[in-house]
Amino acid sequence: MSRFFSFTRLAALLVKESIQMRRDRVTFAMMIGVPLLQLMLFGFAINTDPKGLPAALVAPTQDRFTRAMISALELTGYYRFVAPDASAPLAEEMIARGDVAFVVTVPSDFGRRIERGDRARILIEADATDPSVASGAISTLSTVAASALRREAGLDATAPPGNGIDITVHRRYNPEGITQYNIVPGLLGVILQLTMVMMTAMALIRETERGTMENLLSMPATPLEIMLGKVVPYFAVGAVQVAVVLVSAKLVFDVPFVGAVHVVLAGIFVFVLALVILGYLISTVSRTQMQAMQLTFFFFLPSLLLSGFMFPYRGMPPWAQVLGEIFPLTHFLRLIRSVMLKGADATTVAGSFSALTLFAIGLALLALLRFRRTLD
Amino acid sequence: MTAPAISVTGLTKRFGARTVVDGVTLSVAKGEIMGFLGPNGSGKTTTIRMMCGLLEPDGGEGRVLGHDIRHERRAIKRKVGYMTQRFSFYEDLTIAENLNFVAGLYGMKPARKAVRDTLADLGLTARRDQLAGSLSGGWKQRLALAACIMHKPDLLMLDEPTAGVDPKARREFWDEIHALADGGLTVLVSTHYMDEAERCHRIAYISFGHLIAQGKVPQVVRDAGLTTMIITGPKTAEAARLLKGALGVDQVAPFGATLHVVGTDAELLKKTVEKVARDTGNAAADSETSLEDVFIQLMGESEDTPT
Repeated sequence: MSRFFSFTRLAALLVKESIQMRRDRVTFAMMIGVPLLQLMLFGFAINTDPKGLPAALVAPTQDRFTRAMISALELTGYYRFVAPDASAPLAEEMIARGDVAFVVTVPSDFGRRIERGDRARILIEADATDPSVASGAISTLSTVAASALRREAGLDATAPPGNGIDITVHRRYNPEGITQYNIVPGLLGVILQLTMVMMTAMALIRETERGTMENLLSMPATPLEIMLGKVVPYFAVGAVQVAVVLVSAKLVFDVPFVGAVHVVLAGIFVFVLALVILGYLISTVSRTQMQAMQLTFFFFLPSLLLSGFMFPYRGMPPWAQVLGEIFPLTHFLRLIRSVMLKGADATTVAGSFSALTLFAIGLALLALLRFRRTLD
Repeated sequence: MTAPAISVTGLTKRFGARTVVDGVTLSVAKGEIMGFLGPNGSGKTTTIRMMCGLLEPDGGEGRVLGHDIRHERRAIKRKVGYMTQRFSFYEDLTIAENLNFVAGLYGMKPARKAVRDTLADLGLTARRDQLAGSLSGGWKQRLALAACIMHKPDLLMLDEPTAGVDPKARREFWDEIHALADGGLTVLVSTHYMDEAERCHRIAYISFGHLIAQGKVPQVVRDAGLTTMIITGPKTAEAARLLKGALGVDQVAPFGATLHVVGTDAELLKKTVEKVARDTGNAAADSETSLEDVFIQLMGESEDTPT
């Protein structure tokens, strides 16, 4: 045996380490599961040049020229008309809520003007809150009109060649394409999620780890009281974070705040509530602080990737979008971006708001059920 | 006669396939100090936890202070003071802050006065602003006792309260317990120390989940039916070697310069001991059986029949 290195000593250390690793099942599962999850999510769900983006069509008279135009747009692969016969107010609401990324408006005289040989016009409004979403779709537009007309002319030789089509593009909400406008409100959600869930998850576990849980349970406190006692302080911490992020969004990043402050605050309130309760739920299912931490990250990673924070939500395949719906962050991002950047009112974001409320209530019930009143 | 403070029958608890407490029947009268004895892992803590509503029994039933231990846990928690085996107050809070917390949980009004009185009663006033984590074992124990008697419970359950505490602090602790019992409080206390067991009104002995003896100390000693002899002389070590496993000898234990020899059959023991003493040049004499001798005997017997 060497003084400096001995294989026997090393082997003893390796054996001990692998036994401990095997005993800690959660850690082991994380080590295998996380890379797999990352691979699948990054590999299949994430698309930085999103195609098949939902669009609404406002076209009072759907003549053949309109249809030709629409099919040309769909052929680019970027547009998917989910509301092919929308009214102007409905289309406005859909883009404000984030249901569609584009509103294509074809005026009622579109076909007539082409037949007459006048210049025809269509309007494409793009949701530019996330500049990367719109750019690809907009860049193809220059060739779309020409190809549409050529095809239509080829099908029907009697049609006059027309004088061309003007496509007007409005980059709504963020005409200069400033990325921060989209990122900073999203960051509020991400920062809140990380700190709130983690801090609360630690809270109850600490009692168990330090042995104070036995004492707490032997005294007359109800599960609801214990949950609120753990959750409310972190809720207050969350309020401070919100103030800091919102003020710096305004002062440092100059992010516009178009909508009503009270709607944003109400949204944040429910979101933070859902987060602290989620953290509490995590601490009822984990046995050590380490496990609670791991579970938090296990939750954090996919929610970051699938919520629409890092990559455009509408650009993900349908299964990934469905998966994204299970994260409170997804709904919060929709809400805060709609209200802050697009000026959406309370009724427009009611869907996101009720989803968050549902999360808070559901998680609270689950946590109360999971909470062990005894040491069993 | 008033109803007992604790009355449980057939209390059973399993953890997986292991039966930790098996059919324990126990009754403690009001104002009594009941010692709860048994080796490590015998089920003392589990039994106490079931009686104060911290664990759900798998079998058996009972009442604590007139409340059902299965269905009236909250009522029990309000009237019982439970001192855990491991110090379980907040080490990052001061003594006074810990007590304020407890006073708040029990809804005591005015909490401030209750805390002040308790601090004074237990001589903690001078240390009220010291962090609980920085206290020595004896002071931690005092804080824990203060916290579990502050709400004036009718029953105290103390789980090895004096483990790791110096003899002087232990003595003071027991004086406190007796003072509380004189005031009408019922106390159930688990312990390993024989001197503490002898300070109890009655004791119960549990081993491998079974309650195997209970009663007043002299009665338990008498019921064990043991005979004890002592050997003194220059060659006790040699005598001990010869006596181990000899006919009629159950225990051989050196106490300083003397040897305690214990057996169940008085005749046989006397014959063997006197012979060994003669052969080794030592002297043999009759002696009193101590509680410790009884416990060692009980422990050995129950080990022979594991469940």
